[in-house]
Amino acid sequence: MSILIFADQAQGKIKKASFEAVQYGAKIAAQLGTTATALVLGPVDAAELAALGQYGAQNVLHAADARLHEVESTVYTKIIAEAAAQEDAKVIIFSHNFDGKAVAPRVAARLKAGLVAGAISYPDTSNGFVVKKSVFSGKAFANINITSDKKVIALLPNSFPLTPGTASATVTNFTPAISDADFKVKVVKVETVSGDIPLTEAEIIVSGGRGLKGPENWGILEDLAKALGAATASSRPVADAGWRPHHEHVGQTGLTVRPNLYVAIGISGAIQHLAGVNGSKVIVVINKDPEAPFFKAADYGIVGDAFEVVPKLTEAVKKYKLTQA
Amino acid sequence: MKILVCISKTPDTTAKIAFTDNNTKFNEAGVQFIINPYDEWYALVRALELKETIGADVHLITVGGADCDPIIRKALALGGDEAFRVNADSADSYYIASQIAAHAKDKQYDIIFTGKETIDYNGSGIGGMVAELLELPYVSIAAKFELNGTVATVNREIEGGEEICEVSLPVVVSCQKGMAEARIPNMRGIMAARTKPLAVVEPIAADTLTGIVSFELPPAKAGVKLISPDNVEELVKLLHEEAKVI
Ligand SMILES: Cc1cc2nc3c(=O)[nH]c(=O)nc-3n(C[C@H](O)[C@H](O)[C@H](O)COP(=O)(O)OP(=O)(O)OC[C@H]3O[C@@H](n4cnc5c(N)ncnc54)[C@H](O)[C@@H]3O)c2cc1C
Ligand SMILES: Nc1ncnc2c1ncn2[C@@H]1O[C@H](COP(=O)(O)O)[C@@H](O)[C@H]1O
Repeated sequence: MSILIFADQAQGKIKKASFEAVQYGAKIAAQLGTTATALVLGPVDAAELAALGQYGAQNVLHAADARLHEVESTVYTKIIAEAAAQEDAKVIIFSHNFDGKAVAPRVAARLKAGLVAGAISYPDTSNGFVVKKSVFSGKAFANINITSDKKVIALLPNSFPLTPGTASATVTNFTPAISDADFKVKVVKVETVSGDIPLTEAEIIVSGGRGLKGPENWGILEDLAKALGAATASSRPVADAGWRPHHEHVGQTGLTVRPNLYVAIGISGAIQHLAGVNGSKVIVVINKDPEAPFFKAADYGIVGDAFEVVPKLTEAVKKYKLTQA
Repeated sequence: MKILVCISKTPDTTAKIAFTDNNTKFNEAGVQFIINPYDEWYALVRALELKETIGADVHLITVGGADCDPIIRKALALGGDEAFRVNADSADSYYIASQIAAHAKDKQYDIIFTGKETIDYNGSGIGGMVAELLELPYVSIAAKFELNGTVATVNREIEGGEEICEVSLPVVVSCQKGMAEARIPNMRGIMAARTKPLAVVEPIAADTLTGIVSFELPPAKAGVKLISPDNVEELVKLLHEEAKVI
């Protein structure tokens, strides 16, 4: 028996969330006294593959088939099931990111494995196999017991910090039994926003709301984001008004993010906005209205005018970064 | 064209989240229940748009007790043609997906729409499971769905962007923002819904692979620490030394 971790890649690079999944899976393997094998599908650099060892994978199975460059849930499921059978994997780990959401449920159904999606804890095996997950859009947690023999866990990104070691993994080529006819969904085009850190992977996010008055004022927010090494986001009305692109909008109808630090500038903190951000570890709110509901969900707050506070904060961050350099 | 829309019942977004029975049950007291927003605004409305533009029979399915009837009636009022309620209560995705797959098996649906996730258990799992059980292609978390004959062009969300995919029907798609514009039921729809068929069917025997042991609320926030706008250096210091996030 072993633990199998699906480590997904984008454009040939293993995602940060996958390194987290591998580290998580390796810890579970140690906990259960077994080994961790990572499975990588699609063309990826040899160095990237070996690096999976730093996060605890003893073995890496790699199917370099160029047709696997993008996720196709039917094919990926078939391959993961084949790898799981070969490795006698009882626990299969995914990241609860977009690719994980595309594949993990299919794999769970195929293997008749109970699924915990959005896990935030290691399994507690003292009485069953209990994993904690986030529910009610981050407003509560549920402890879920997986009662089936095989188990699938999808780890919520940014739940455990990465602590790379120095080991490297043994990489083995894997040639799954697939044919062209298995590819049902064809990707005709990929549209990514180049250069930006994907919001769902960002450790720091600086986000703006209607309080910034217009798109021409986003410069102050971008300067702060740059100083912090952060990604930028917005509230929904900002996206609806076309001030910022829609893929930046967070909240109930937008993205759910869980950065270490979320800085909200000129956002009132409506419940639908909070639903997308309340999993953040630390929340800073800058708002000129002391009664803004966001302060109730914040760790730190500044009551003040964003147009004065934000540039000052940017300077302070730059100064601090210089002392750290 | 036949479309199946999976409808689930969830507490209203603004509901107070609390638990009873030693933290093993969601406290429903005073809570208003709604159609899961992604199911209503995106999955159902996109199905209705297709019905209006190219013609389709829109079936609805929910797995749940009689307390789901008002929810499914509302979905009928919005424009669904026929509804099925599988009379069973379970929060396990595999069990729910098995019921939906059993219903859909011999119905020749061209499209099965689900929401991207339920806003209570946040599984985003049912769509993929139904697809696997029925051996159908699956496109997860779609922001756009266009049909050209029997080929669908679907925009699927990925980290930092979108993939534009092509797939032949039949297909299972989970829906999010972008798919359609939300609507509200009108009086005619509400009246018509009363006479539309809502079949209550008994569940098939299916396994439950997970169970909720208990719930927890996150530790209460210590309360916001306010910093003077004239002392932003203090905030930087706190973020570094106390919060350790920069
Ligand atoms: C079904 C539904 C789904 C929704 N989904 C989402 C969602 O996914 N995401 C989302 O964000 N919203 C969502 N909303 C909208 C949400 O309810 C709020 O309307 C929205 O979040 C408000 O955006 P805002 O805070 O930018 O604007 P406002 O509410 O207008 O707040 C602006 C804030 O800026 C402050 N301000 C003004 N000037 C300054 C200044 N000079 N300096 C500092 N502060 C200033 C004000 O005090 C105020 O608090 C949804 C609503 C519904 C009904
Ligand atoms: N009990 C249910 N009955 C019918 N459909 C459901 C049920 N639960 C979830 N779904 C559908 O599956 C989607 C994803 O749910 P989940 O996997 O639970 O997050 C929802 O948006 C619904 O479309």
